[in-house]
Amino acid sequence: MTLIRTKIGRRSFIKSSALAGGGLMLGFSWLAACKTEAEAEAILQMPDEWFEINGFLKIGDNGVVTIMSPNPEIGQNVKTSMPMIVAEELDVDWNNVIVEQAPLNTEVFTRQLAGGSQSIRQGWQSLRMAGATARQMLIGAAAQAWGVPAEVITTNAGQLKHEGSGKTAGYGEMAAAAVNVEVPEEVKLKEVSEFKIIGTSRKNVDGPKIVTGQPLYGLDYHEEGMLIAMIEHPPAFGMKLKSFDGEAVKAMPGIKDVFSMEVYPDDYTKIWSDATVFDELVVVVGTSTWEVMNAKKALKAQWEPFGEYKDAYEGREQVVPAGLENTTEHYNKLETMGAKLAKVVRKDGDPEAAFKNAAKVLERTYTCPYLAHNTMEPMNFFAHVTDNDAKLVGPIQTPEFMEKSVSQRLGLPLEKIDIQMTRQGGGFGRRLYGHFLVEAAVISKKMNAPVKLVYTREDDMSYGVYRPTYVATYKAAFDENNNLTAFHVRAGGIPESPIYENRFPAGAIDNYLAESWEVGSNISTGAFRAPRSNFIAGAEQAFLDEVAEEMGKDPIDMRLEWLGKAANNPVGEKNDYDASRYAGVLKLVKEKSNWSGDQSGQHRGVSAYYCHNSYVAQVLDMSMQSGKPVIDKVTCAIDCGIVVNPDAAVNMAEGGIVDGIGHAMYSEMTFKEGEPQQSNFDRYRLIRHNEAPKAIDVHFVENEIDPTGLGEPPFPPIMGAVANALYRATGQRHYHQPFMGERALKG
Amino acid sequence: MATYNLNINGKSAQVDVDPATPLLWVLRDHLKLVGTKYGCGIAQCGACTVHIGDGAVRSCQIPVSSVGEQPITTIEGLSENGDHPVQQAWMEVDVYQCGYCQAGQIMQASALLKNNPNPSDEEIEATMSGNICRCGTYTRIRKAIRLAAEKSQNS
Repeated sequence: MTLIRTKIGRRSFIKSSALAGGGLMLGFSWLAACKTEAEAEAILQMPDEWFEINGFLKIGDNGVVTIMSPNPEIGQNVKTSMPMIVAEELDVDWNNVIVEQAPLNTEVFTRQLAGGSQSIRQGWQSLRMAGATARQMLIGAAAQAWGVPAEVITTNAGQLKHEGSGKTAGYGEMAAAAVNVEVPEEVKLKEVSEFKIIGTSRKNVDGPKIVTGQPLYGLDYHEEGMLIAMIEHPPAFGMKLKSFDGEAVKAMPGIKDVFSMEVYPDDYTKIWSDATVFDELVVVVGTSTWEVMNAKKALKAQWEPFGEYKDAYEGREQVVPAGLENTTEHYNKLETMGAKLAKVVRKDGDPEAAFKNAAKVLERTYTCPYLAHNTMEPMNFFAHVTDNDAKLVGPIQTPEFMEKSVSQRLGLPLEKIDIQMTRQGGGFGRRLYGHFLVEAAVISKKMNAPVKLVYTREDDMSYGVYRPTYVATYKAAFDENNNLTAFHVRAGGIPESPIYENRFPAGAIDNYLAESWEVGSNISTGAFRAPRSNFIAGAEQAFLDEVAEEMGKDPIDMRLEWLGKAANNPVGEKNDYDASRYAGVLKLVKEKSNWSGDQSGQHRGVSAYYCHNSYVAQVLDMSMQSGKPVIDKVTCAIDCGIVVNPDAAVNMAEGGIVDGIGHAMYSEMTFKEGEPQQSNFDRYRLIRHNEAPKAIDVHFVENEIDPTGLGEPPFPPIMGAVANALYRATGQRHYHQPFMGERALKG
Repeated sequence: MATYNLNINGKSAQVDVDPATPLLWVLRDHLKLVGTKYGCGIAQCGACTVHIGDGAVRSCQIPVSSVGEQPITTIEGLSENGDHPVQQAWMEVDVYQCGYCQAGQIMQASALLKNNPNPSDEEIEATMSGNICRCGTYTRIRKAIRLAAEKSQNS
């Protein structure tokens, strides 16, 4: 039995009439779509009164429960799975639950952020506690009403029961009294074996709205009198605004104003989530999207290169170098700068001696390009700023952080900034960086009107906070008997290194050396689904495939052998991963893919990786059809602890796999004189339906470990599986992503 | 500016707009039918797919002046109660992740099934490859289309 100290503060007593909150209809339409009308009506008689037991949930007098989903929803399905965890401990029937997106409220909720695959992992205890505390208070109310000790009252699916007297009551009947029950200092949490909701597949709570096209996303948001704004940003990184002439444009139909805007003035101190190098923009404001788009096209602005400067960030200064950068120069730097700049970040044993005495050394270099996030919903945000306060509505992964930015920029206290989260048309890390909230707020203030800032696809792609370009060179030393004697990785990038020096195969090799380096740039970069891992996993796993081939070993068996050493006799103190769980997913994928069986006509690649506290192994089956590689099947094994919503988890893994294949094979962002060379989907290749695997088969390791990350972990390793299968299918090793790109094909 | 009488989801709607305005923005800005999504503006992603007559078109490429009296169907009008076989299949398979592209996918898939009630996997791939899903739900989309085809044939 788990006892936990509650951290939830005194509940507030809120009586509100039914349908007062705008979110209530959400649950209604969901249930209505899933049940016959009579059933829906029977359940969904809206309560006359709601009783807020704590910030996470309120209970209606008829037993209907509203659960708040605290975190931003970017497609990772937390809007369904986080409330499931509350509902589990509250012990209610999921069909009686309405889900609402919680407001940004850092006093009630912790970490209202979508990033690092941490929503479920870090929300796990507080979500369970919120449900369990409320359940305990309902029991307390029943105990008082019935004059029996709380300990003898049981609950089941929203019903309280006293076995001895046979008394029963629904949660709704006790909700009013429960509000006045002292918040318990300790609550019991369920055993995993007692779970009734967690571990069962529940449909996406927004599904019915998605399939009927109801307004859900930031771009769908509308308020009366709202204006549309668009920005014009420097056409190239390394440039800033020189001058512009807005007069002609101002006269165009539907245009209200054209002006330049200092988004981040010189005295503003940026935080990490501001991340932009375009501090001054030109703005076009009008009454409709099409008119503003046309005006923006007609706008004549002059831009000029800037000199090197220092950008003030909280606790540090960032040097922004001058210059108009080119992709060819980037690759030259990736090839040459490592030798000059690399610093040792981990060393075990005596790798220098081992390499010196090696009978044979295998050395391979891998690279990847910049990537744009390309969320299907382009960046946008609604803002209505007055002298006293600011309301912002839209898609953002970091509302807690951007609230601070908007507060600082407008000079309004934090409590006067109200940020509301919509459903988001993708995130992938791009919406961690919310300069567009600040932009929308500044525009609204200037216009003294509600404004929705909309990026065109071209703006979205060419004003990126891109995945950096990386390189990794791997070396393996062998003795005369073909035993591995040393391992060396030197990795770097622009402007950051992808290295994770304490991950596998560190810990499994006696003589190990990891070096890291980075060099600056004025192109804005940031987190992209599984930052750094999204390159280094594929590089490392492709190299291990060559090492296994060199040693004449099966690639899975070789990894298991190394993991066995890391588990039983680890090298070094600081190894980030659990070698037995790592081996567990490899064993599972070996079994489920029928690795040892006959797979005629199929070329198979294996890959495995640990990141975001979870373990993933994948086997990819490829065949050649009309000279083109076709991915027939991917088998995937995952250890992410307890799986909250299994079918949604499978969906997440399928998506990560397709996304990873797409970026490994097709996508890249290139620059010429600082200018992004791809600005829409005609030139930027994203994976399409006919290129996706024909089948994906996902398996989870069953255990009772608290849940760990899932949004990111299935993404990085698949790139290695693609490379390894391509080798078996074509006889060629692929070292440069995208594998179907020009640079990769040149070799 | 010019006045147009459009036939949308079985109802007539009047708008006063620039003749070059794409149907997409007439739907979204002027008629507040925001289920049809903006993704690229150049007919590369399929997020803005609607039906004109029985055919799927990219509404970002159709000037409102060219529509005339042809019947337009958007995701909001695909069925009265959200129970078109394709919508039902999408919910049953729980296709979506972020969901943003799915209205376009559903409109593309429902036009496919209208014209070809039992498409092969190759036909599904060929028709659906103009619709990008950035979250990568392609295998589920395929599964849902097969399921919708079954549902339609059994109903």
